[in-house]
Amino acid sequence: MEAEAAKLIGAGLAAIALGGAGIGIGHIFGNYLSGALRNPAAAQSQFPNLLLGFALAEATGLFALVVALIILFVF
Amino acid sequence: MKGEAAHGAAEAAGGLALDPMHQFQIQRIIPFKLGGLDLSFTNSTLWMFIVVGVCAAFLLLGGSRLVPSRWQSVKEMTYEFVAGMMRDILGDSGRAFFPFVFTLFMFILVANMLGMVPYSFTVTSHIIVTFTLALVVFILATAVGFVKHGAGYLKMFVPSGVPAYMLPILIPIEVISYFTRPISLSVRLFANMMAGHTMLKVFAGFVVALGILGGWAPLAMMVALTGLEILVAFLQAYVFAVLTVIYLNDAINMHH
Repeated sequence: MEAEAAKLIGAGLAAIALGGAGIGIGHIFGNYLSGALRNPAAAQSQFPNLLLGFALAEATGLFALVVALIILFVF
Repeated sequence: MKGEAAHGAAEAAGGLALDPMHQFQIQRIIPFKLGGLDLSFTNSTLWMFIVVGVCAAFLLLGGSRLVPSRWQSVKEMTYEFVAGMMRDILGDSGRAFFPFVFTLFMFILVANMLGMVPYSFTVTSHIIVTFTLALVVFILATAVGFVKHGAGYLKMFVPSGVPAYMLPILIPIEVISYFTRPISLSVRLFANMMAGHTMLKVFAGFVVALGILGGWAPLAMMVALTGLEILVAFLQAYVFAVLTVIYLNDAINMHH
């Protein structure tokens, strides 16, 4: 296989990991929403934690994106 | 300059976003070498100065009156936002670190926001910048831990309430997770900024490629994405500040 083709395939494979980040972010917002509807009074105090969890989950997916970009542009 | 010439040629060819990574290129404005070190004044340096200037102008101008003006209210809101977040996590033990965290938060927030201006340069989209910031946080938190607790700070790596035979596995994990903190902190900020700006550039390329008839759909998408990116710009500055405070909290009030 040509090196260029292998590079593109590898970058595509690395980007699959972003699906995991999508699942994680969906879990966080879904669970926050169901919790907030059960106890709306406590929802506002947990909003910073929601943003923190969102950012942490998103970051793991972006690590994979960085790997993909390194494969594409550095090697 | 060579880079600008290449950029101009790419724009003249009609493909504004032929290379979505071009916006991250560092160009020397005033070349300067000291020994083997390249200490040139680059566009990154220029934008860092602009960020600091905007921060200083925002906080120093606008007056300070008993009945605040609109500008002063915004200033007080930023102050209260960071101070309230620190009170929630650290309590009163961390008052001394407020200037540090507030400076970090304002620098990253303004750098991210100025990066959203077209044709500007996003300082935080380079890992060397964010890694330096994260390393300062890491070294400060470690130093505070050792000053407060002495050698007892090493107990940080020994989780309490686990059976002794688990410790040979858990201690290395704790050590690794402690030392990857600056990496995850810096990569999170840099990757968010870089991915967001690359995505905007790619969609801008779609608008140009589809022309006046089909370009409206990606243009509408661009507007929505710009809104999302402004949210992310704020969110990442907030997350960086929150994690800094959490690390300081670990160092000041050891939980393990």
